[in-house]
Amino acid sequence: MGSAVRHASIAAIGLGLLAYAPALAQEFKAGPIRIEAPWIRATPAGAQVAGGYMKIENTGKDADRLVGGSTGIAGKFEIHEMKMSGTIMKMRELDKGLELPAGGSVELKPGSYHLMLMDLKGQPKAGDKIKGTLVFEKAGKVDVEYTVRGLAGGGHSGHGSGKH
Amino acid sequence: MRVIRIAAWVSVAAFILAAGAVYVLRPNLGAIPGQLPLAAGIGGPFELTTHEGKRLSSADLAGTPFALFFGFTHCPDVCPTTMLELSNAMKALGADADRMRFLFVSVDPERDTPEQLKLYLSNFDPRITGLAGTPQEIAAVAKAYRAIYEKVPTKDGYTYNHTALVYLMGRDGRLVGTINYQESAEAQLKKLRRLIGV
Repeated sequence: MGSAVRHASIAAIGLGLLAYAPALAQEFKAGPIRIEAPWIRATPAGAQVAGGYMKIENTGKDADRLVGGSTGIAGKFEIHEMKMSGTIMKMRELDKGLELPAGGSVELKPGSYHLMLMDLKGQPKAGDKIKGTLVFEKAGKVDVEYTVRGLAGGGHSGHGSGKH
Repeated sequence: MRVIRIAAWVSVAAFILAAGAVYVLRPNLGAIPGQLPLAAGIGGPFELTTHEGKRLSSADLAGTPFALFFGFTHCPDVCPTTMLELSNAMKALGADADRMRFLFVSVDPERDTPEQLKLYLSNFDPRITGLAGTPQEIAAVAKAYRAIYEKVPTKDGYTYNHTALVYLMGRDGRLVGTINYQESAEAQLKKLRRLIGV
């Protein structure tokens, strides 16, 4: 009995660790560019667009730019900036890409910069892994894998799970 | 000494100039989160088509408090976040949420048909009503609520800038308050409870 409880609790710890594993930063590199934990937000049914997010660090001595990329789930890929201007949500495409200052990092996150993935071929669901590429002006092209997080995303509202 | 006095006057002048600039350049009151002037006549008549294909007019809402949000289904961030947060609040309100209406007005007449709204809203609390309209009908409701929406072209399509407030309208159809983007769940719930009067 005691042993069963012990085993169960060990299993629980193991499951807990498994559950946390996706939260461990998944990292991708392209020369001096480090891409941390790229993720895509799960979409409501009927949505034709999804947001993609990640942290990008430029450890190099020269500035670089994220200029494009692709994902297995969307026909189109754009880099957008969202910002609140008072009570108005403003969205624009960064047609020259996203500047990555030398020795600095930029975060793509809800309420800010994001990948705008359009013409979705399917509905990304929490837990899905989606392959893609990112293209940097200097560092070139790199393969990445996005993890899909729940609709609540990992943003400001602080609900890590996709439960609702 | 004289230098110090001059420096002091220069700093006073700089302060006055800066204060003046802040005053002149301050955003109009309607754009300060949470500070929409309540008596500014926000709200008014509208008529749109629900996601079920029925017509809904402001007259149908007389006597019922409601929350109204402008958005579009091709919106990756603020719209699904707001719908999700409202759904969470509605869940917390339980049956009390039935005492008011929740409206999602699309500003994208081209892509957001009632069918598209229905599919989109199937992810959220079923008590949210999607509203679609012709460009004229949408312009009219946005004007009544002093909401901004503008189409922004991108390389492969277009998106919209839009007012991201949830308008809280009282039984008399007048603005009672607003919920702003990224407001805490507790604050949202409190405002909704106050609107319903529970």
